[in-house]
Amino acid sequence: MRDFSYHRAGSADEARRAATLPAAMLLAGGTTLLDLAKCGVTEPEQVIDISHLKGLDDIRVDAEGAYIGALARMSHVADDAGIRGQFPAVSEALWQAASQQIRNMATIGGNLMQRTRCAYFRDPATFPACNKRAPGSGCSAIGGVNRNHAILGTSGACIATYPGDLAVALTALDAMVHLGERSVAIDDFFLLPGGTPEKEHAIEPGEMITAITIPASPAARRSTYLKVRDRQSYEFAAASAAVGIELETDGRTIRDLRVALGGVATKPWRARAVEDALKGKALEPEAVRRASLLAVEGAANHGGNHYKIELAPRIVARAILNAGGAA
Amino acid sequence: MNVIETRQRGEASDGSGVGGRHSRIDGRLKITGGATYALEHRLENLTYAVLVPSTIAAGRMTAIDTKAAEAAPGVLLVLTPDDDLGLATASDWFGNRAEGSYRPLIPEITFNGQAVAVVIAETLEQATAAASLVKVTSEETQAIAGLDDPRAGEGNLVDNLTVSWGEAEAALAAVPVKVEGEYRTPREYHVTIEPHGLTATWEGDRLTIFEPSQWTHGMARSYAEWFGLPYENVTLISPFIGGGFGSKATASFYGALAAASAKKLGRPVKLAITRPQTFTAYGGRAATRQKIALGASEDGMLQALIHRGANETSMVGTWVENTGAATPLLYAVPNFSSENRLVPVNTVTPGALRAPGKNPSAFGIESAMDELAHALGIDPVELRLKNHAERDPQSGKPWSTRQLREALTAGAEAFGWSRRSPEPRSMRDGHTLIGWGVAIGTFPVIRAYGEALIAIRKDGKVEVISGAIDMGQGTYTILAQTAAEALGVPVDQVEVRLGDSSLPGAAVAGGSMLAGVMTGAVHKAASAAREELIALALNDPNSPFRESGANTLAIANGQIATPRGDGPAISIAELMARIGRDRIEVKRDTLPEALANDVGRMKAWTTMSLMRAPTDGDYSMHSWCAHFVEVKVDEDFGTVRVSRVVSAFDCGRLYNPKLVESQWKGGIIMGIGQALLEEGLIDPRRARVVNNNLGDYLVATNADIPDIEVISVGVPDPHASVLGGKGVGEVGIVGVAPAIANAVFHATGKRVRDLPITLEKLI
Ligand SMILES: Cc1cc2nc3c(=O)[nH]c(=O)nc-3n(C[C@H](O)[C@H](O)[C@H](O)COP(=O)(O)OP(=O)(O)OC[C@H]3O[C@@H](n4cnc5c(N)ncnc54)[C@H](O)[C@@H]3O)c2cc1C
Ligand code: SF4
Repeated sequence: MRDFSYHRAGSADEARRAATLPAAMLLAGGTTLLDLAKCGVTEPEQVIDISHLKGLDDIRVDAEGAYIGALARMSHVADDAGIRGQFPAVSEALWQAASQQIRNMATIGGNLMQRTRCAYFRDPATFPACNKRAPGSGCSAIGGVNRNHAILGTSGACIATYPGDLAVALTALDAMVHLGERSVAIDDFFLLPGGTPEKEHAIEPGEMITAITIPASPAARRSTYLKVRDRQSYEFAAASAAVGIELETDGRTIRDLRVALGGVATKPWRARAVEDALKGKALEPEAVRRASLLAVEGAANHGGNHYKIELAPRIVARAILNAGGAA
Repeated sequence: MNVIETRQRGEASDGSGVGGRHSRIDGRLKITGGATYALEHRLENLTYAVLVPSTIAAGRMTAIDTKAAEAAPGVLLVLTPDDDLGLATASDWFGNRAEGSYRPLIPEITFNGQAVAVVIAETLEQATAAASLVKVTSEETQAIAGLDDPRAGEGNLVDNLTVSWGEAEAALAAVPVKVEGEYRTPREYHVTIEPHGLTATWEGDRLTIFEPSQWTHGMARSYAEWFGLPYENVTLISPFIGGGFGSKATASFYGALAAASAKKLGRPVKLAITRPQTFTAYGGRAATRQKIALGASEDGMLQALIHRGANETSMVGTWVENTGAATPLLYAVPNFSSENRLVPVNTVTPGALRAPGKNPSAFGIESAMDELAHALGIDPVELRLKNHAERDPQSGKPWSTRQLREALTAGAEAFGWSRRSPEPRSMRDGHTLIGWGVAIGTFPVIRAYGEALIAIRKDGKVEVISGAIDMGQGTYTILAQTAAEALGVPVDQVEVRLGDSSLPGAAVAGGSMLAGVMTGAVHKAASAAREELIALALNDPNSPFRESGANTLAIANGQIATPRGDGPAISIAELMARIGRDRIEVKRDTLPEALANDVGRMKAWTTMSLMRAPTDGDYSMHSWCAHFVEVKVDEDFGTVRVSRVVSAFDCGRLYNPKLVESQWKGGIIMGIGQALLEEGLIDPRRARVVNNNLGDYLVATNADIPDIEVISVGVPDPHASVLGGKGVGEVGIVGVAPAIANAVFHATGKRVRDLPITLEKLI
């Protein structure tokens, strides 16, 4: 960890301006930033503390939808009655993320911005080759230990998984990320690695996340987040699914369906093929299972992560059936 | 964890003496943060050392450039293999000492993460930053990444681990029912929450080391020998230890570096191993594999057992993780053959981790027994009872005590085993497959010697003083109970001082033996102190008992009285005042006469050469257990949840059932992690464990642990220890992993022979 200067921002605008300085980084809860600084992955010259800024931690839920300030804590959002009632998948995704201690510190903005858990990314001294960390240096995970790596959205340059849970639920529910002057749909906020895995978000110098909004919908109200992992708590997803469903008044025909996958792709992964295959169809276990296989269309296996190709559709199917009440 | 139910058997005493359920007397200090751990000592003028690890796993360092590091702010010293620190080789565990000098840093690289330099600076941050500036140039050679590396080969036979009787091959060929399998366990790590490290400080030629230690005397000896000091000149202080599990019993290269740097600088040096370095600064449990073939007659009587085991070791050191440790002991089998091999790979030398040998050994034999039970169509509990060994099959000696049948029966009863439907996949609840599994475990009784000093103070309080240690297992508490009982005072009148090499001697806190060793020593010293107190009371001219006519006195609850209660009765404090004594000190050891001299003591306290094997003497002595486990497996996701555990133990007499139960449960919890989660993942190209942190190396969390019921079926074993107890610290983990694997088979019909049982192995 090298020396850095510490600056306590007076306002969001000031923070944004300061963050345009070279090698400046925002500090919110610090649970990712400090961790990566200790690993020698991020070496900020300036740390701009925004954690204390007023007015950025609101959580409001009304008939239109939810507004969540970037500095709202994970645990507060998870526990908010409006979120639990209108957007259960969001609350469930947060409850199953990290540990209570981390959730108490970590913010929603920081959570979206968390980096991959790729072990090679986190160990620069031993593994200099990592395109995400050092563009053009290669990818150590290909041919290495890659049990947790992505099967979807990968490129020859990078196969790292986006590890977060919340963003998966937000992706299923069509959330918007607000960056001050402009707003971006969450699916556009996260970028595929392609040839530039170092660029993970559609966020430019001088911008910061100020808030997230989620539109209300019947599907959001009937949503769920299913996370599968070896350890029952405090582990990232081997694979996960966020599902929102709306049924016709007959109680069995699917009117609206939202499906997103976590733990298997280089970004939160919207599975529109599954949605399209099931919309208008009856919520019937066999059909759901068959359609869920579309979630991993085009999946690539790198050895250690082979199992995810089989696992992910099963989770999608279970989540759809759970949400629809047909499990 | 939910409510933990506990059954008690054979332990009637709930009082404060031996056998009482006294809470840990150090518990409050720890919970309130009042216990100062080794790395928390803030010495004046302290400096900070940071290790520089090698990023290659094999080769030779040809150059090391420290200029940038030396020029960095705050840097005081950089040591590399080029520096001769003037250290001498220290003795090994058995007291054998080779000639020559000791170099904690060497240019020959044999594993990824091996320290190649150390940087000492004014602050930890400065030392950390400077450490990253050290530039190493090496000639790299191809590393052997681990046991699975095709280049690792079969390994070398360990001659003294070859065990055989009867004609195993021929018998196996002749039996009607046989099973064969290869069982594997990965690298596992201690991941103690308190990291390793030390603070070293010199005053003239006296060295003080604050370092978490399972063996203050043994480690102090190493420091003394490295620096050519008389043993007494080194004091190693370790009153509290935040988890050891076998990893804190040796003074290590980083200790030598810190102490040498402190000497050079004339300032105290603190060196804390970082979390990633806890995977390379010392070894975890070696990866193992074992092939087992079992043959039985149709009625389920074992006829043949062939075992071929191997474990990885390093290129420079020998670590035997004996996968044949439990194999010959568990069952009566007329034809037996076991061989073990060592496979050198590019790793740090592996080390002792809770129940070394016995643990992976039980995974093999107890999985194989389950396979045999299935092949025979015999209930796995019944198969184990059928093949019960009436005496130690290997040594031929009778067991000192073996309540293994009782453990199997009591455990099965409490678990409700009779309701098990034998077919795999026959118990389910929706998507959840339910399985029940059983396995047994064992751990040897190892005996050694100890020494304790008992002081009776003028305020009537009693001090127990020993250099033995307490790493959470309860030494403080049981020694207070032992002294209280022997002296006749309440436990809260006893103060215990431990964890300091300048105090009376003790054996290593390893091999589950410390409780037996030290209760013996304290019992002896406290009984002698009691005799001395009574003698003074009877004979001192100022004692009220002088004229009582009694020829002995009774001490109970801190009061001294005539045996029939017809004379005076006063407190110990009052007696001390009357006879004008400030303090009575009595030191005793348990050494036999031949060893009760300076040489014998040094050997007993600072080497393992006097440790007595379980079969030394007329009996074969071991602790035993039987684990019963229920798992729930999601049939789609392959996730395994342990939903119930009942384990029955024979560990002889329990000195404090409450603390014993927590040792057993701790072992079971660790076993659940071992079965389902723990694995050092090795990058095949750089031979590095890549999940070297607590986020990625998974140990069980509270959410992974169900109700655990533990049952004691032990009876006092007079041969095993002075007070009749057998070891409790390690046996709890032995057999847990196979019980879980067997339950997973019962749930799913899938046999997983390599740990951990992660979800991809079941989908
Ligand atoms: C051991 C461990 C386990 C974890 N397990 C999980 C898990 O299971 N699931 C899961 O989802 N997460 C998990 N996490 C990740 C955790 O949720 C994130 O670390 C946390 O949400 C980050 O929030 P923070 O406020 O602490 O961010 P910080 O560390 O303060 O910041 C993270 C990054 O975001 C940037 N940033 C912060 N705020 C803003 C903003 N408003 N606008 C733009 N950029 C910003 C920072 O500059 C930095 O680069 C785990 C983390 C750890 C350490
Ligand atoms: S997968 Fe991506 S993050 Fe990991 S080593 Fe390759 S390039 Fe780096």
